[in-house]
Amino acid sequence: MRLAHPGHLADWRTRLREEAPAFERTIVVTAGTCGRASGAMPLIEALRSEIDGQGFIGRIGLLITGCHGYCEAEPSLVVQPEGYFYGRLKPSDAAEIVAAAGTRGRFVERLGYKRKPGARPVRRLADLPFYRKQHRRLTEAHLGLDPERIEDYVLRGGYGALAKALFEMTASAVIEAVEASGLRGRGGAGFPTGFKWRIVRNAAGHPKHVVGNADEGDPGAYMDRGLLEGNPHAILEGMIIGAYAVGASEGCLYVRAEYPLAVANIRRAVDQARDCGLLGENILGSEFHFDVRVAQGAGAFVSGEETALIASIEGRRPHPRPRPPYPSESGLGGRPTVINNVETWANIAPIIDRGPDWFASVGAKRSRGTKIFSLVGRVRRTGLVEVPMGVSLRDIIEDIGGGALPGHTLKAVQTGGPSGGCLPAASLDVKVDYEDLARAGSIMGSGGLIVLDDRACMVDVARYFVGFAAEESCGKCAPCRIGTRRLRDMLDRIVAGLAEPADLDRLESLARTVQAASLCGLGRTAVNPVLSTLRYFCAEYKAHIEDRSCPAGVCRDLLSYAIDPGLCTGCGLCRKACPAGAITGRPRSPHAVSGERCVKCGACADACPPDVKAVRIGRAADGSPGPRRGRRRP
Amino acid sequence: MNDPFDIRDILRGTGGRPGDLIGILQTVQDRFGHVPAAVLPSLARHLRLSPGEIYGVLSFYPRFSLRPPARHVIEVCLGTACHVRGGESVAREIGRALAINPGQTTPGGEFDLKTVNCLGCCAIGPVLRVDGRIEARVTPARARDLVLELQAGERKA
Ligand SMILES: Cc1cc2nc3c(=O)[nH]c(=O)nc-3n(C[C@H](O)[C@H](O)[C@H](O)COP(=O)(O)O)c2cc1C
Ligand code: SF4
Ligand code: FES
Repeated sequence: MRLAHPGHLADWRTRLREEAPAFERTIVVTAGTCGRASGAMPLIEALRSEIDGQGFIGRIGLLITGCHGYCEAEPSLVVQPEGYFYGRLKPSDAAEIVAAAGTRGRFVERLGYKRKPGARPVRRLADLPFYRKQHRRLTEAHLGLDPERIEDYVLRGGYGALAKALFEMTASAVIEAVEASGLRGRGGAGFPTGFKWRIVRNAAGHPKHVVGNADEGDPGAYMDRGLLEGNPHAILEGMIIGAYAVGASEGCLYVRAEYPLAVANIRRAVDQARDCGLLGENILGSEFHFDVRVAQGAGAFVSGEETALIASIEGRRPHPRPRPPYPSESGLGGRPTVINNVETWANIAPIIDRGPDWFASVGAKRSRGTKIFSLVGRVRRTGLVEVPMGVSLRDIIEDIGGGALPGHTLKAVQTGGPSGGCLPAASLDVKVDYEDLARAGSIMGSGGLIVLDDRACMVDVARYFVGFAAEESCGKCAPCRIGTRRLRDMLDRIVAGLAEPADLDRLESLARTVQAASLCGLGRTAVNPVLSTLRYFCAEYKAHIEDRSCPAGVCRDLLSYAIDPGLCTGCGLCRKACPAGAITGRPRSPHAVSGERCVKCGACADACPPDVKAVRIGRAADGSPGPRRGRRRP
Repeated sequence: MNDPFDIRDILRGTGGRPGDLIGILQTVQDRFGHVPAAVLPSLARHLRLSPGEIYGVLSFYPRFSLRPPARHVIEVCLGTACHVRGGESVAREIGRALAINPGQTTPGGEFDLKTVNCLGCCAIGPVLRVDGRIEARVTPARARDLVLELQAGERKA
């Protein structure tokens, strides 16, 4: 199928619509990486054989899609057109689901989502607490298309925006539309996308390039994986439109290799688009030529930084270089290059299709549109959520995420990954907006939202991020290379109970030096987790230093585990959870921890039911809770 | 000529620009599970780079390895989301069960234990990747059982 004219695209869509099989019901199964890891494939096999075995072939369709976002509930599925949702399924549930779908689309009460045990189930996906407050402009499509089929994308209007841009708009009109939308880069810095494009358009030098940045090295964030796996053509379409706008003829999509399914899906999409005449020469019969290749990252965080990314695509070590010159003037091969994040690219086709006003109709003042967040960590409901900019962190964490885990209290949220900061629970009313988050002491970043509760130690979190930066520092400049290691060593001493009060000032002043003197964003922002935790959680640092205790019960050198015989019901869950065989006790009588065998992993505390809470996390050595001032560990 | 690490077909399929280096290394890594030192000279000739330059790139990226993998490769995610859900305890438990530290291989060459920074399955952590397959919601006890299962399979084989 080669489309040599915009009319061919419209004809193709009409034909696809006419030929679309008329199933009475469609069972839509999410099979992204996390779906598969949770057992989606055996579930799909079971559904397929039930549809066959119960004689529903031709009446019940099966659609295998990318991620719907509610990863916590996977494997999950939706029965359309009713929109009935079932999560945490087993292959043995398939028979009932198929039978009910085949009986006038009945709902299976037993498998429905329940807010609490015994409650009436919520039937429709759109009514689930996880989805109700979302605004899924980009991710809604993931429910309705097979990412392996370009036909599904075209059927839903795909590549219509490209045709409109090529045949009804000049390149500068496209740039004006993106500028008018107010779209800002989703990769972290929030640079205005249209403005960046204009610089590249006006820069001298050929051929120009566009790059899709899907390195996504921020640990704990996976928005780009969700988009690439769920709707790869949407990203491609955005890149082709962007290339037309800036006058680029070559494109590169840089995907981290840890995402094999995303790489496979986007590679297939590129091949399909090329076969259809949507990439290559004379796209859709126009005068415009453009092609994209897919490159794989190789597991270095710094390679997501734009100048390092270019070095990596050119086959060198991913070392950042000073800017200016910016890639928009001198990028790949020294040519003007647009680099945008994958989520930025995914927003382009809708802006062209529906107009900048539509895009800007939701959002905060200087941050328009919707943003996808990876809501993870110690929160009840986890997954990818898409919300309008300007909602508060509280809306996301409490309404969508359901708040803290049972028996725990919310303590902080970490945004912006290794470059970001930790905001305390009391600041949850801050709005997701580039400037507001920066003012509060964190950053928007690419969209990681890691929820922390009473079982998270803020000093440990700071140490974690600094350790990450120390490992990932490319080593090119000394402040980052040496400074992050020194910071890590200082934090190591604090969590081991070996630090003294003056170390806190040393920590802060070293952090400020690294911040001021590093060459690229990695080093400059690597200290944010330290500074923000010092700002909001200084008492926790002091507890480690002055009391040699870790209030959250995380820092192993400072704690021990014991079971309160008065509270223990002898249920045995901790005994089963303990990997070291350190817990003994007979059923229904109090259990005990052997200090010698205990490896301090905390599995018993996690296993103990929230309404029992018999595991006592105490100070090292004696297991008794409470501070013991002024003594140094040997 | 029977070269176990013949990569002529890989080289033939790509251009000879230095920019093709990482892509080629990736294909080589995928085919052999590592980048055999034996391929470096022909790769260097093909791309007109020095073996030293190639080694510089190769050694920078965690994904490339000069050593063949063990029979089982266990990768523990220590990304932020997995970290705050107990990934570290999982890593430690596996290390204990195998009596090695992350980054090491068991003496018989049966297990590689590695840590990684995020596999993109942050919502269902802590996660492991075992021989390429993701295991979700792993507890220390589950991790220990998993090692036992792999070892049992090993003995049968
Ligand atoms: C250390 C470091 C790592 C980065 N990693 C990424 C990344 O993984 N993905 C990304 O899109 N941007 C990343 N960035 C930001 C890019 O440099 C660049 O600003 C971005 O890709 C531009 O796209 P946008 O304007 O659409 O956000 C990183 C920046 C730094 C300093
Ligand atoms: S700040 Fe760190 S990562 Fe950036 S160039 Fe310097 S050493 Fe490399
Ligand atoms: S943090 Fe472990 S998969 Fe992302």
